[in-house]
Amino acid sequence: MERHILVVLPHPDDEAFGLSGTLAKHIKNGSQVTYACLTLGEMGRNMGNPIIASRITLPSIRKKELQDSCDAIGIQDLRMLGFHDKTIEFEDQDLLDSRIDAIIKEVNPSLIFTFYPGYSVHPDHDATGAAVVRTVGRIPKEQRPPVYCLAFAKNLEEGIGQPNVFNDVREFLPQKVQSILAHRSQFQVAELLDEVDYTSKEIVDRFGTERFWIYPFD
Amino acid sequence: MQLIIPTEVQRRIDNLKDQDLYIHLEMTTGAYAAHFDSSKHPAANFITNAIIRFSHGSISGNGPFRVGLKMEQGWIYSEGLTHFEESEAERLILAGHDSQGKLVVSLQLSRQPF
Repeated sequence: MERHILVVLPHPDDEAFGLSGTLAKHIKNGSQVTYACLTLGEMGRNMGNPIIASRITLPSIRKKELQDSCDAIGIQDLRMLGFHDKTIEFEDQDLLDSRIDAIIKEVNPSLIFTFYPGYSVHPDHDATGAAVVRTVGRIPKEQRPPVYCLAFAKNLEEGIGQPNVFNDVREFLPQKVQSILAHRSQFQVAELLDEVDYTSKEIVDRFGTERFWIYPFD
Repeated sequence: MQLIIPTEVQRRIDNLKDQDLYIHLEMTTGAYAAHFDSSKHPAANFITNAIIRFSHGSISGNGPFRVGLKMEQGWIYSEGLTHFEESEAERLILAGHDSQGKLVVSLQLSRQPF
């Protein structure tokens, strides 16, 4: 069992597709989860379809969606760090690292989840992963928690090979689907809008497995 | 957001002329444009809370709409606007959404910072 899991991601909704089932599974097994979400995704271009948000209202709508998603997963400790969407790669690295380091020192995680730097498509994803890896890399090797990375770039295989960890999350598909649906301004997933058959091949193939790359520090 | 009513937008533009204003101006293809379609060239820009002042401004077109604001030393221009926020009496909140409802462009003016 993981004692305490720390999740560091830049946008509300980054947890939904790739990680929510894994977190629900760990939480059921007794883990504490702290989720540090760096921004409110306030520059997102999805406004709902039909439109339910505007540039003005998007931050507060996404904040509520994030809280709903965390409730669906069972996350006990959500921190919103207040950085601005799209700016993580330009942010003062010392400030970024110090905020992450303070949370690591406080919660002393046994496992960390973030994005794989360089393989996560969105500049905020890559910059967040890079900040976590920099910060964790400064911890003496024997005290360093493992860092499990999400990645979804097109060149994954040649760059970082196959994932090291595959989690079967079929049992936690109800929580995962609720996490995805919580982000209603961002996602309109047709096959999740009606009654969902959690055992159907389509749903299991698409959502039933979550995969991670363990960051190689040495 | 509501579909733009040009006369309503023009009234708001006129109310905001000849004074210092905070501007949010933005255009984006989305960060995932090239990830989903490698023929796309992802581009975006935004500027938030720069201070501007215009002496003359108007909305034109039949929808999507264009807005031009004439400043002492230059222009602010935005094309592709489809929606405005009717409930905002003191601020000008304009956006252009594509057929899926995704924001492509926005132009916002306010006497207070965004």
